[in-house]
Amino acid sequence: MEQLYIDLENYLGIGTDSVPEVVRLAIAVLVLGTIFLLAPILTIWVERKVAARFQNRIGPNRTGPYGLLQSFADVLKLIGKEQIMPAHADRIPFLFAPLLMVVSVIMITAVIPLMPNYIGADLSIGALYFVAIGSLSTIAVVMAGWGSNNKYALLGAFRTVAQLISYEIPLVFSLLVPVLFAGTMSMVGITQAQADLDYWYIFLAPASFLIFLFSNLAEIGRTPFDLLEAESELVAGYQIEYSAMPWGMFMLSEFLHAFLIGPLVAVLFLGGWDGPFAEDVPVLGVVYLVIKSMAVYFLGMWMRATLPRFRIDQLMEFNWKFLVPLSIANLLIASFLWELFPEPAGGGLVDNFPRFIVMGGSSLFTLMVGLEFLRRKSVEDRERIARLIDEKNYPLATADQTGVAGD
Amino acid sequence: MVKTRENISTKPFSEWEGSIDELKGLVSDKAMTGESMLLNMGPQHPSTHGVLRVVLELEGEEIVTAIPDVGYLHTGIEKNMEAKTYEKSIVMTDRTDYLNPMGNGLVYNLAIEKIINLEVPERAQIIRVILTELTRINSHLVWLGIHGLDLGVTSTMTYCFREREILLDLFELVSGQRMMSTYFRPGGLWRDVPEEFEGAVQFILNIFPQKIDDYEALLTRNPVFIDRTQGIGFMSAEEALAYGLSGPTLRASGINFDIRKVQPYSGYENYDFDVPVGEHGDVYDRYLLRMEEMRQSLRIVEQGLKKLKPGPFRSDNRKYVPPPRAELGRSMEAVIHHFKLWTEGFRPPVGEVYQVIEGPRGELGCYLVSDGSPYPWRVHFRDPSFVHIGALQHMAKNHFLADLVAIIGSIDIVLGGCDR
Repeated sequence: MEQLYIDLENYLGIGTDSVPEVVRLAIAVLVLGTIFLLAPILTIWVERKVAARFQNRIGPNRTGPYGLLQSFADVLKLIGKEQIMPAHADRIPFLFAPLLMVVSVIMITAVIPLMPNYIGADLSIGALYFVAIGSLSTIAVVMAGWGSNNKYALLGAFRTVAQLISYEIPLVFSLLVPVLFAGTMSMVGITQAQADLDYWYIFLAPASFLIFLFSNLAEIGRTPFDLLEAESELVAGYQIEYSAMPWGMFMLSEFLHAFLIGPLVAVLFLGGWDGPFAEDVPVLGVVYLVIKSMAVYFLGMWMRATLPRFRIDQLMEFNWKFLVPLSIANLLIASFLWELFPEPAGGGLVDNFPRFIVMGGSSLFTLMVGLEFLRRKSVEDRERIARLIDEKNYPLATADQTGVAGD
Repeated sequence: MVKTRENISTKPFSEWEGSIDELKGLVSDKAMTGESMLLNMGPQHPSTHGVLRVVLELEGEEIVTAIPDVGYLHTGIEKNMEAKTYEKSIVMTDRTDYLNPMGNGLVYNLAIEKIINLEVPERAQIIRVILTELTRINSHLVWLGIHGLDLGVTSTMTYCFREREILLDLFELVSGQRMMSTYFRPGGLWRDVPEEFEGAVQFILNIFPQKIDDYEALLTRNPVFIDRTQGIGFMSAEEALAYGLSGPTLRASGINFDIRKVQPYSGYENYDFDVPVGEHGDVYDRYLLRMEEMRQSLRIVEQGLKKLKPGPFRSDNRKYVPPPRAELGRSMEAVIHHFKLWTEGFRPPVGEVYQVIEGPRGELGCYLVSDGSPYPWRVHFRDPSFVHIGALQHMAKNHFLADLVAIIGSIDIVLGGCDR
């Protein structure tokens, strides 16, 4: 943040001493916040275009060159629309939910190192901060679902609580692997460690990378984990009663959060701003970061265009019976091997090659074993269901059993 | 300033909400006291395929009872048809099940032909079969797209509608209308197919098998799709028969019953095709079965195209079928017939018939009563959508809310046909 401001005032030619500290920080926050708030407008356009190509459509192409201004037009429309609050809505949660949602997502941007020396706040607990702030959005969703006085919204909020809280566990376990490797929780430290090593943690822990990616997708509620706003079931889930700009704020935070997964994955597993000449020419760092982020974002869009949606029980089973054990096993194996195979003296790519093989291989092996278990489990499940159907016991009448008997 | 409804409505909330007493006996007592949730799904809901309303009693996310409520798209088509002559009311049939316009026209025309014992020339029958089978593919394509959308696969819809566009262009080519074709007439067709027809059908035959493979590549072995559909919405063979299901929904339960085979019409007995039969009776089997049905329909179309020979495209029974335009200049008799048919209409003998065909959704029946006047005394369509919605409650019981959406998709209802 300091660096950002110093560069800014050098550029504008203002003296450093003439401005109080608070104003400096405020300006830097404003610049950083604006950059990240404008990012979704472009990523929405990218997403629309890419999704359109996946789906044999053209996408927006009327407003501005290549439809680039479509999102601006949408925002203008949203600002001009009437805000409607349903009768008997709980006012305070209803009105504050969108605000909390946006704030919780924007606060994540503080710990993303954009390029060498450029970060909102280099917290010593950056990784922990990200997890803590990211789960604030759960509260916002519950507030929206409760405040809306709508059953669909409430169902969406129920689903959200179950989903987001569960997926936080594999998220943290997979996040711990790069933290362990780097020996620090600071995002700058993790990036710097990878830059110093000349290779990225994805080669050492590919399984953690995938677990982190998937639990993040679940965390932001994208296909195949988009149960919180499942259009075909809950219409729009917790957003159902929102209109105009509050709805726009939900969409903004959703797209911003989806976009932020890219930089986070890039920082933790793909070396952040690391790349050729990034330390000499810092601006290149941003370019690398954006390229890596968009590659991760593209994965998300691809899945969104291809996969059906999980059902809530399948979602929970996938988490508790697959991702959580796998991430714990992965963390244990990674930490053992990290101690067993210490960093060689040279530290170059060639010297490290045996480590790549052992650590990356064991990580992939863990993943494969996990997937094989998952496959067998699901085959078994299908056979069980087929058997139950034969015995006319499916679907199980759990609803009758869980009810309070004799009431 | 945020506006609320409280500013407008002065009624207290309890009155404004209305009473739920009419649900007494339909839902459990727990729902009446508010212990479990009553959810009104539809008629405005993205996955109720139009305007189906389902009143749900939920225990968490599980469905205790699902009560379907139909009638929101009732347009009085059957009653309106009584006020039109036989030929003029054909146009109404397209509007019932709007994804199966050719099939509706076919069953109505077959019923008229049955009541007056009218012969249909070979060429007209073959063209009818080709177009009805293409309509079946059209309907299945829409079904697949929307079914995918229900399960969260946003892309199937655009892929299926891309191919559907080719079919609609063909319908426009023959009838001048993309969806509401009104192409079949008593005794044959409205007019002969244009020259480009055979080429257009051949084009469809060339590209569609590959496209159907593409859809299957996206879904058939997709683990998420399999998990979402296998074992869901189960109907055993006995239950399916007891609920009067028909078409793919019945065949998925393992009963080989296809009206094209058991009561052939329009010369279906001359075509070689297989009837796919499922074994589990769940959503996944219904999906597989419809995919196979599309391929079989293509087979029928291919055979039909080979059989297609030049010839008359409608009957020359001038009492019921208007003479060709060219004859009007030469023959006084033709002018009289033309005048009679287009002012008064024809008068079928007194009687009643019931005609069934195999529609894309199942057994599509037409019950027609004639009192000897130019107007049908009663027309009734037995639409499979209506019957299938009746089985919804049984199929959805104890499933999750998300499964209900899959089940509604799998029985392939069209509310236009259900409510008429």
